[in-house]
Amino acid sequence: MADAQTKMAVSSDEVAIQVSAMNKWYGTFHVLRDINMTVMRGERIVICGPSGSGKSTLIRCVNRLEEHQQGQIIVDGTELTSDLKNIDKVRSEVGMVFQHFNLFPHLTILENLTLAPIWVRKVPKKEAEETAMYFLHKVKIPEQALKYPGQLSGGQQQRVAIARSLCMKPRIMLFDEPTSALDPEMIKEVLDTMIQLAEDGMTMICVTHEMGFAQAVANRVIFMDQGQIVEQNAPKEFFSNPQSERTKLFLSQILGH
Amino acid sequence: MSETSFVRSEMLAQKLPPVTERGIIKWLRENLFSGWFNSVLTILAILALYSLIRGFLPWLQNSVWNAGSLRECRDIVIAQSGEGATGACWAMVRVRWNQFIFGLYPVPEYWRPTTAMALLLVSLAPVLYYGLRRPTTKMVGAVTIGLLVALIGLGTDALHIAASVAVMLALVAVAWLAPKKLVWLTLVFPLISFFLLWGGSIWGPVGTLIGFAIWAGVFTAAQRSFGVVVGAAIGLLVASLWWGFVQSVVTGALQSAMPFELLYVRSDDFGGFLLAFVIGIAAIAASLPIGILLALGRQSDMLLIRTLCVGFIEFFRGVPLITVLFSANFLLLYFLPRGTNFDLILRVIIVVIIFASAYIAEVVRGGLAALPRGQYEAADALGLDYWQAQRLIIMPQALKISIPGIVSSFIGLFKDTTLVALVGLMDPLQGVTKIVRSDTAWKGIYWEPYIFVGAIFFVVCFSMSRYSMYLEGKLKTDHR
Amino acid sequence: MTLAVDAPKGSFRISQLIYDTRYRSYTIQFIVLLLFFALLIWLANNTIENLADRDKDINFRFLFNRAGYDIGQQLIPYTNDDTHLRALFVGLLNTLVVAFFACIFATLLGVTVGILRLSKNWLVARMMTVYVEVFRNVPLLLWIILAFVILGETRPGPKEFKVTDEMIAAGTEPAGTMWFWNSVAVTNRGTDLPAPLLDRPLGVFEVATVPINLSVLVTIAVIIGSILFNRALLARAKAVQETTGDRPTTWWKSLLILFGPVIALLLALGFHLEYPELKGFNFQGGIAIAHSFTALVLALTIYSATYIAESVRAGILAIGRGQSEAAFALGLRPNRTMNLVILPQALRVIIPPMISQYLNITKNTTLGMAISYLDLKGTLGGITLNQTGRELECMLLMMMIYLTLSLMISAVMNVYNRSVKLKER
Repeated sequence: MADAQTKMAVSSDEVAIQVSAMNKWYGTFHVLRDINMTVMRGERIVICGPSGSGKSTLIRCVNRLEEHQQGQIIVDGTELTSDLKNIDKVRSEVGMVFQHFNLFPHLTILENLTLAPIWVRKVPKKEAEETAMYFLHKVKIPEQALKYPGQLSGGQQQRVAIARSLCMKPRIMLFDEPTSALDPEMIKEVLDTMIQLAEDGMTMICVTHEMGFAQAVANRVIFMDQGQIVEQNAPKEFFSNPQSERTKLFLSQILGH
Repeated sequence: MSETSFVRSEMLAQKLPPVTERGIIKWLRENLFSGWFNSVLTILAILALYSLIRGFLPWLQNSVWNAGSLRECRDIVIAQSGEGATGACWAMVRVRWNQFIFGLYPVPEYWRPTTAMALLLVSLAPVLYYGLRRPTTKMVGAVTIGLLVALIGLGTDALHIAASVAVMLALVAVAWLAPKKLVWLTLVFPLISFFLLWGGSIWGPVGTLIGFAIWAGVFTAAQRSFGVVVGAAIGLLVASLWWGFVQSVVTGALQSAMPFELLYVRSDDFGGFLLAFVIGIAAIAASLPIGILLALGRQSDMLLIRTLCVGFIEFFRGVPLITVLFSANFLLLYFLPRGTNFDLILRVIIVVIIFASAYIAEVVRGGLAALPRGQYEAADALGLDYWQAQRLIIMPQALKISIPGIVSSFIGLFKDTTLVALVGLMDPLQGVTKIVRSDTAWKGIYWEPYIFVGAIFFVVCFSMSRYSMYLEGKLKTDHR
Repeated sequence: MTLAVDAPKGSFRISQLIYDTRYRSYTIQFIVLLLFFALLIWLANNTIENLADRDKDINFRFLFNRAGYDIGQQLIPYTNDDTHLRALFVGLLNTLVVAFFACIFATLLGVTVGILRLSKNWLVARMMTVYVEVFRNVPLLLWIILAFVILGETRPGPKEFKVTDEMIAAGTEPAGTMWFWNSVAVTNRGTDLPAPLLDRPLGVFEVATVPINLSVLVTIAVIIGSILFNRALLARAKAVQETTGDRPTTWWKSLLILFGPVIALLLALGFHLEYPELKGFNFQGGIAIAHSFTALVLALTIYSATYIAESVRAGILAIGRGQSEAAFALGLRPNRTMNLVILPQALRVIIPPMISQYLNITKNTTLGMAISYLDLKGTLGGITLNQTGRELECMLLMMMIYLTLSLMISAVMNVYNRSVKLKER
């Protein structure tokens, strides 16, 4: 994994996501405060922080599952406003993996994977199925294609969910705590899939507490607390030499044992 | 990259959202006028509300409370508000309320059903707050005060007020000193209320009670060596001997030695909400245990028992209640030994119990099915026998899960008590209202009696359903 | 494998019947069986004795005797010279027709209310909550009687619909006016609706004394044909989508296929409406519907719709937010998300309680006897029973019919449940 780090340096200076002066409120509660963040193409970012710090909300704003009230979010040159066309465009470019997988229980694995390509990308069924099988091979569960999500283990379900996002050929992937609902022995299989994805040069934003993953894969670690970005740095610096008191406290809590 | 490293030196404070995102404007925009479709809906809703209020408000405002007949009511409304005005005639309720509540129950005896109702609430206290001193006492105390007010309002004579309130005060003392002991009242309440409602000699119910005591005694003695089912059967046999052969002799002797009785009230005089409550509560109380047994039978490993229970449950869930009520009216006497004859209310109560227990059985079965297999295995592993496992492990959990279903069956049952009108009993809706509407003074009145009766049903059913929701929420937090 | 030791043979003791788990359940079942038969024999014996006391027997021949009473609403021809059996069928059809209309209207209303209750519109959601709570917490019988009383007592009599010359001169309106462009009249006697008539009907033939209208039959056949054809169209659209990726626009073709042929057929048969008209003291022409029917359908609809609304709401709420979020994140539009992801899942939760609500509606039609609606309960269990005095036979027959209806509906529900069950580990 050590050489993966060097192999995966950012090659581009093209901006993938630009968030500037973004604010969000739930009612009167100020969840995201003055967020400024630039993600370059091919960059892999890990966001961490205590629960309730707004990290999930932030990435959910990036594909407009949540609305922001102030500031700007530009994804791949498209600004997110209430314009439906822009939202459609962004959502079909940005894949998302959820904590609880959110596979569709009434569809087979293959149907889960082909649903969006057929209806959104308007790909012929056969082609969509071929793509789906390709990605199922990639996440190493092609033999499960005709089963239903309820028949798979948690780790397998999460890998299907990753494959489902990949079938849309996204340019950016968002991961919302993808391993926190999994048993320890299943976490590795999902992380391996994610590392493989990183090696292929995917732009990724990942909310996770897997610090090993952050050290191995991330270009940058962002620490959030109370709805704001408190500290961001390259992983080596971030873990060995945290600057802010809050970061130190947080790191001591999650790495302390 | 220059911006890779960033450290915030000062934390940002919480700010208020922009003006368009807060306050009443935001609320209106989000809740009433988000998008054209919602705006149209809102406007339609306002129009509907407006026309409803415009139709009903003047009618309510012109209500007349004092009049002798519908004619008089209308004259008063016209005199007050001019030609063409309409107004509600609540005077009818004022004059006839007692029939809606008590039917033709003799007026001087109104204190009896009222006291029975108070005792019902007291015997509910241990069910709701078992062993908790403070809430139990509070509830019994409140019921006592309510009863006192009600009895005075009903114009009861001083003797009976004093007697009733004395009993209630004794119960308050019991609630404070030994709240768990109130369960005994709950157990004997059916017989007490039977005596209070129908009257007659007190020794009849006492004799019946002694029979139950014999049953319980024999059961406790026998179940140790013969098991629960056989023990219960032996107890029932001995108790039946008492009820069949000994009781009438003993109670007859007691009655002649110490005569104590209340005026006997015929079942035909029962009516109104009194009838609905008597049928509803009797059916609710009895259908729960029978329903639980049926549900257990349906889950049993024994094919024959399962088949019988399934057949029973599916039959009664498959036929309409009215046909069952008509069977009580026409058929029940065919099935019983020659010469048996007892009154229609009891027959109706019996078939309603049977009918309701089939529904309760299905609800409880749902609760049993929701329990994880591990609970049964754990009970077996602890060495509990079948009945102990059911009583200590399975039923408490299964019943907790089924509370919403049980309560909604009860609500359905209470609403269905109105159907007894169709076999000729005087329920509040069909029976009493018909009598009132056929009175020449009130001929042509329709909204008022139905609103009155409907409102009472609504209050009872709605509060039951809200209570079950509250209970559900409370039990859910217990699990966390 | 020799660990499972069988009990030594030949050592059977009587006490094993009670204490050995292998025999115990047989013992119990045997005793229960004995008790059950004893109960049956006791009941049968009592019944025979009681019947003998009253000089009665059990005998269903009365069904073929002349009924001798009239039934207001009849879907198959019936006069009072027909048999009790035919009266039974008239009643059964009346039960089914009320249940049919009540189920349809209750579903439409219930689904609408259930969805509106989940609406973000505060006012509308609250109003729907009030509606649901008020109507489900008051007995159905009240709504039936109230609807009947109000229709019968507040509506003007037919002659008050008359517009006289003096009224025109004075510019006053009559007490009663017809609704929907003078096509529907609701009087205190009943409701008069326009009747669909044909200039060139196809004729009528009889099957087992039940007349069958050929025009209706052909119309139904055409509708079924259109539906099948539309299915073929949709299947073709799906095939095109699967090969090319683009789904051809089908909605206007569907509309044309579904409605075109029927409209053409009706025009060919000379379809027109006959409006009810005030002649003398009553409305003539059109279809007259008794208030007992209207009130029963109305009350069953508004009452049962509250239950359907609740199950619709529960069904939609049961589908977690994660499902729609996942679909949105994949780029599906909200209406596609509804059709492809939410509805297929929600329907599994909604349909079973909906079917059992249909069962309740069917059973609740018996409440029509409170307003003298002659359904199965009114004919077989009412007038026939009273006239012939055959309580046992009538009640048994009636219970069996209702039981059969219920079991049929439950069977449909079980088949459905099995077919949509989610596969899990």
